[in-house]
Amino acid sequence: MFANFWAVLNKELRSYFLSPFIYLISAVFLLLSGYYFYSDLVFYVQFGFGLNIMENFWQLIFTDLRLVIMLTVPFLTMRLFAEEKRLGTIELLLTYPMRDTDLFWGKFAACAIATLFMLSFTLIYPVLMFSLQPFAWTLVVPGYVGLVMLSLSFIACGLFISSLTDNTVVAGLGSLGTLLFFWILSWNDGATQFGLLNTIASVSMVTHFQSFALGIIDSKEIIFFLLFILFFSFLTLRSLETRQWKGRR
Amino acid sequence: MIGVQNVTKYYGQVCALDDVSFSVKSGEIVGLLGPNGSGKTTLMRILTGFFPATEGSVHVAGLDVATSSLEVRNRLGYLPENVVLYPDMSVRAFLHFCARVKTDGAAQRRANVERVLSECALEHMAHRYMGTLSKGYRQRVGLAQALLGNPEVLILDEPTVGLDPNQVIDIRELIKSLGGKVTILLSSHILHEVERICERVVIIDKGRILAEDTTDRLSERIQGAANVRVRASGPRLGMLNALRALETVAQVTEHDKQDGDGPEAAVFTVRSANQDIAQEIARTIIHNGWALHELSPVALDLESLFIRLTREEQKEAA
Repeated sequence: MFANFWAVLNKELRSYFLSPFIYLISAVFLLLSGYYFYSDLVFYVQFGFGLNIMENFWQLIFTDLRLVIMLTVPFLTMRLFAEEKRLGTIELLLTYPMRDTDLFWGKFAACAIATLFMLSFTLIYPVLMFSLQPFAWTLVVPGYVGLVMLSLSFIACGLFISSLTDNTVVAGLGSLGTLLFFWILSWNDGATQFGLLNTIASVSMVTHFQSFALGIIDSKEIIFFLLFILFFSFLTLRSLETRQWKGRR
Repeated sequence: MIGVQNVTKYYGQVCALDDVSFSVKSGEIVGLLGPNGSGKTTLMRILTGFFPATEGSVHVAGLDVATSSLEVRNRLGYLPENVVLYPDMSVRAFLHFCARVKTDGAAQRRANVERVLSECALEHMAHRYMGTLSKGYRQRVGLAQALLGNPEVLILDEPTVGLDPNQVIDIRELIKSLGGKVTILLSSHILHEVERICERVVIIDKGRILAEDTTDRLSERIQGAANVRVRASGPRLGMLNALRALETVAQVTEHDKQDGDGPEAAVFTVRSANQDIAQEIARTIIHNGWALHELSPVALDLESLFIRLTREEQKEAA
């Protein structure tokens, strides 16, 4: 039943890991997050005080990693549908005996695995810290759960934008802009207190991530992320369907 | 096996297909012949369920494409126009992906892939990245993926376009060898192509069916007609009128002169229903004392067939 899902997942994983691109993106990702880890650590060694040094440190790290993921995920999602459209292979895929949902979730899962691959290298930070100064693992587990949920929501959003165009650059910049906008909305509470901006700000995945960074796994937030992903999967599937709407009377 | 009933397709205000109906019997090879932009690709996309028709219905293997899309796609192999495949994937990896989507069972899948590789003479290219393949080999990979999963119906959009003559012959033989077992609908804008492969031809232009006939009978309709290129020196208008005045001449078109045609010369193409028109043209020109430089037959092309068919239609209407 999931044969087609596995087929798409397999094909996308091949194209991710057999091309140098993922390794380049991972290198940039690790360079940025490594700098954040280093600078945050230096900051806490020099100015850290109070009872919750470790707690505050991890909170800062996760908040910073959030930004690095935001900047790299669009590069992983941009080609997923846009390139199929540009090459014309989308016509093959959509005429194969395969549901659009298999196509979407296969690509989604492949991109999720590629993102987790990238993210998994950052596990070296808590391991390193633990060897220097043991701390409660409960401080980092929620943060990583949050980062994974956040990444998945970014991927869903990026896939949707990739399905709107046949140009990978447009897809990449479009998703980057959208994700940054969601982030920027969380900067100024005063401006987003009322009206439409308030509504958009309330669905910003960036703000919903905050409790995870604080070390709390809130089922309400998990459900928010799942609904967010489902909503964008719905939009993407409709976007793939639009070819069928032309010329309808 | 394939049934198209009163299919109309609009893109916005543009009418791409206008009340098209025809059918293809099981095991038949039918050609869809028409110039570029005549609606061939649109029709094929409707048949493969890529998008629906505005009006009318399409059946493949007795199933409605609109309502049982997945079942239809299970029985169908499709070669789209301009197959551009994943450049960074090897031929075998790509075919394995297609086979996974189209067939169940790993052993059967492997056998299937090896079978189509040999059928399309691709074994020695199986390890190559598709981005490095020539147009001819890419076309074969396109055909190979269409053949995977033992389809009952093959829809091939311009299967031989862009190939060199030897490759055209190979693909043609391959398609012919499938006839009888598989129902094939292929499109082309080249008349001779269709003549060589297909048993029956549907001619389509501007979204409407102009004619539907067996290849043999269609050839008969073309025979008894000739196209002759004439290059001669003399008064341009005088020659034009003299040629037009000849009996059985349907049309005389004048061409722009090319270098080396000479300052006095004029070039015409004469279409006629009479196969021996060349003799009469020669006689007329020499009789008038003009100089005849060239008199050569021009192969009847699709264009002239269209002109004939549209003329016939106009006559019938009148």
